[in-house]
Amino acid sequence: MATRSASVSISRASAVASTLPDDRWKLLEIVFWLLPVLAFFVFPNYRVLGSQILITGLFAVSLDLILGYAGIVSLGHAAFFGVGAYAAGLLAVHGWHEPITGLVVAAIVAATVGYPVSFLVVRGSDLTRLMVTLGIGLMLWEVANKAAFVTGGVDGLAGVTIDPIFGVGRFDIGGRTAYVYALAVVFIVFVVLRRIVHSPFGLSLRGIREGAKRMPAIGAPVARRLRTIFTIAAAVAGIAGALIAQTTQFVGIDTLGFPRSAELLIMLVLGGAGRLYGGLVGAALFMIAQDYLSGIDPVYWQFWIGFFLVVIVLFAHGGILGGLDTLRTRLRPRQ
Amino acid sequence: MIGNVIGVLFDGLAYGSLLFIIAVGLSVTLGLMNFVNLAHGTFAMIGGYVCVLLMTRAGVPFLATLPIAFAAAALVGLVLEVTLYRRLYKASPLDQVLFSIGIVFMSIAMATYWFGASQQPVALPSYLRGQVHLPGLDLGVYRLFLIVVVAALTLVLQYLLDRTRFGSQVRASVDNATAAAGLGIDVNRVFALTFALGSGLAGLGGALGIDVLGLDPTFPLKYIVYFLLVVSVGGSGTMKGPLIAALILGVFDVAGKYYLPQIGGFVIYALMVILLIVFPAGLYARRA
Repeated sequence: MATRSASVSISRASAVASTLPDDRWKLLEIVFWLLPVLAFFVFPNYRVLGSQILITGLFAVSLDLILGYAGIVSLGHAAFFGVGAYAAGLLAVHGWHEPITGLVVAAIVAATVGYPVSFLVVRGSDLTRLMVTLGIGLMLWEVANKAAFVTGGVDGLAGVTIDPIFGVGRFDIGGRTAYVYALAVVFIVFVVLRRIVHSPFGLSLRGIREGAKRMPAIGAPVARRLRTIFTIAAAVAGIAGALIAQTTQFVGIDTLGFPRSAELLIMLVLGGAGRLYGGLVGAALFMIAQDYLSGIDPVYWQFWIGFFLVVIVLFAHGGILGGLDTLRTRLRPRQ
Repeated sequence: MIGNVIGVLFDGLAYGSLLFIIAVGLSVTLGLMNFVNLAHGTFAMIGGYVCVLLMTRAGVPFLATLPIAFAAAALVGLVLEVTLYRRLYKASPLDQVLFSIGIVFMSIAMATYWFGASQQPVALPSYLRGQVHLPGLDLGVYRLFLIVVVAALTLVLQYLLDRTRFGSQVRASVDNATAAAGLGIDVNRVFALTFALGSGLAGLGGALGIDVLGLDPTFPLKYIVYFLLVVSVGGSGTMKGPLIAALILGVFDVAGKYYLPQIGGFVIYALMVILLIVFPAGLYARRA
């Protein structure tokens, strides 16, 4: 683990790439996943917030796939979140209330939107990528805004009714079912993604991040790999969006907005990119801080989040998890 | 009908020239320092607030506020460049994006805290209001003023870049900073001054643009897309590219909102994605 002291800076993350992936579950990971289970019993009044944190965490992990692993900076990842949310929401509004199939449909729809976009994203330089992802996000927002007869426009899509999961778990006001449902889905998707990034495919993505020019020399099809992971990330973002739509029984147009994409980047960087858990940790810290600080004054909240971003970039590379790793390496006696 | 088309074209040109004057500094930052500065709109906002405050609190006439807006934004730009931006020229685009988003959020919060969240009004002097009546055509005086000012500024900038010692230092640093430094050019100083100039122009554009673009704390976020668009479509590090891109964008945006209000801003985003696909390196790509 000492070699995992990577920074968020993509060029400086070579320490991670120097180890072969290890797919075994570590004790720390198991403890980490017991925390949300514990939180369910210890903080029964915060289950609604808890399920939102889990879902946003999954969304952040989907961005981590393309940002932390493949090195593509996206300013419009909320596009796929929103597409998934609207897909699941519209399905439920128009009479299909089964949640699991709703998730699957949302993932497929988001992937279908993501795949053609991936062709545009892969070919550009960093700036072009920023602009294209930003532009596509804004375009979809405008579509949802103007197609109010389908999406409800700025008023949002209300009346998303969801059947009990497997006929037993009815969605209740306390967020009990929502929490369990979100936790289960997030965990299952996370396990799949964990497997993906630890596979040879995931390793080749890191190779592309570290040196896109050299990867073709060892026979890795760079553009195709990037398109694949971008589509996967879109599908996962779609699942996260569908979860939000189903658990809140509402789809707002802000699910597609630029602020959501920007906040997502912040969460991921706060937690630490390129390590899957960074997204979950970042989402939890960000949303708990937001819940607390914006209760005092939303303006202060915005100031402090900006301030912390600047500080992280200037002084604390690697976010929280990166900082912890550095700390641990320092504390550990030299062998 | 024809007058209508010309009117839209005219408004589009005025809008585009405003975009150009704000975004040209961003083009320099990107071309010269390779810095993805999403906080460029913040400098425009500073200029706008300086203009409004001077007019409403100190009674300074509108035209006199413009140089002060320029100077204030340039000064803030200079200070930020020397203290913060300079440290990140070599950082990854992600770090630069995050850093500048951080600056944007802080500036929005500070503007809301000091000046409130509402739109700031601007009372233009009477000689800039109203319309010029031509046969079959009414042109806004202020928009005419904008076009004239920006055209004049463009000529000055072009002269500055092409004919002066400072201009040749800037061009040399853009082409190859290492070689320029080897020839005895103080590249850091060139960077700092250019950044200040770009910020100042943005501030000037922000002050000039209150009547057209509006001014509220979310300004840097609302228009950053347009500024980035001008630069990424026009290609960075040149003057001609962003100018043409800004004019095209201005005309298409105004025309899109006028003739196709039901799809609104969609036109501009679609145009942007298409242009980026067709010209991945911008309309006027600089030689590598």
